[in-house]
Amino acid sequence: MSSNPSLTTMKRTVEQLKLEASVERIKVSQAAADLQQYCLQNAGKDALLFGVPIGSKLFREPRSCALLFIQLSDDAYISISKN
Amino acid sequence: MGEMEQMKKEAEALKTQIEAARKAVHDTDMASAASGVAPAPRVQLKTRRNLKGHLAKIYAMHWSTDNRLMVSASQDGKLLIWDSHSGNKVNAVPLKSSWVMTCAYAPSGNLVASGGLDNMCTVYNLKTPVIKTVKELDAHTGYLSCARFLSDTEVLTASGDTTCALWDLETGKQKTVFLNHVGDCMCLSLSPDMNSFVSGACDSLAKLWDIRDGQCKQTFLGHTSDINAISFYPGGNAIITGSDDCTCKMYDLRADQELITYQDAALNSGVTSLALSMSGRLIFAGYDDFNCNIWDSLKGEKVGVLSGHDNRVSCTGVPPDGMCVCTGSWDSFLKIWN
Repeated sequence: MSSNPSLTTMKRTVEQLKLEASVERIKVSQAAADLQQYCLQNAGKDALLFGVPIGSKLFREPRSCALLFIQLSDDAYISISKN
Repeated sequence: MGEMEQMKKEAEALKTQIEAARKAVHDTDMASAASGVAPAPRVQLKTRRNLKGHLAKIYAMHWSTDNRLMVSASQDGKLLIWDSHSGNKVNAVPLKSSWVMTCAYAPSGNLVASGGLDNMCTVYNLKTPVIKTVKELDAHTGYLSCARFLSDTEVLTASGDTTCALWDLETGKQKTVFLNHVGDCMCLSLSPDMNSFVSGACDSLAKLWDIRDGQCKQTFLGHTSDINAISFYPGGNAIITGSDDCTCKMYDLRADQELITYQDAALNSGVTSLALSMSGRLIFAGYDDFNCNIWDSLKGEKVGVLSGHDNRVSCTGVPPDGMCVCTGSWDSFLKIWN
């Protein structure tokens, strides 16, 4: 080990670069595909993407009322009021 | 002298080699690869809770793993523990030093931590009849910018002294020091499997570290200014960074390079904070211009904005169950949106 501090630092830099150069890299197309797959597979659970599940009272004001409409036929609906 | 010149040449050659290796696997870009993916819906979230209680700028917030409690830190010299469902304050922890920059909730819910310009990370026990200071982690020679608990016995910190450190809470000593950044470390994020973490610094680099052997494994270039915020993508294969250069970027760990930049010509404020929705699809990025912009992480498009704060958005967080997003601001308020 040299007593010259900047030489020591330089040696460390070279060692670090050697380590980083030796990383095995996958193709960007593969990486992108895997990330997409993760997102799409988990999208259903993502409340910020598609909305909080109907009926969930989380963070909604306690006294609000939700109306659910159920379609019986082309022009007939019944409504259910949910507090 | 000759040896120095030789080393410099070797370093340059290695940098060129790394660049070439990255180019060699760059067979497409993220936006093209995502062209077949349906666009994310326009995201319009409403403020569900306005948490009032701090008397000065809020600098940090962190969700508990119970998806309900959260801790916030303000330069009014307090940590506040909130019940996000009721909006009530559950606890207040007075800080010795009011110059706080970070706070963290332990996964167990038993402990919280804070730190800042006092260069220390202070850990508090929330479960004793009166909240007690458990440890003062004192060894950094620069400000504490970020802290995260691995468990009730280990804490990771990032510091303005350019290092990150892993601490043993029982002894109060550093177990491992992570040395490689040449600028203040501003942020860190733990990998989902807890074996590694990433750090962002004022040297505009993001680095991936192995927690156990202390080594820097990969370095990510691209930003042109301080990286203020960083987060692992759920799944653990990518990271998102936010910078003073007004952009966010996604880097893939296995491709070892930048995949996409989230930027807009109209945006010329720095990114202060970021959080991801639980599928990773949405990035909530807080900016100096008082807004939190929402980005589609796959397509690189802005899909919404959270407006309502009267000052810089300094922190954002999504709880593990992904049911909402919290923003904290220099206007002293926290807002919960979904």
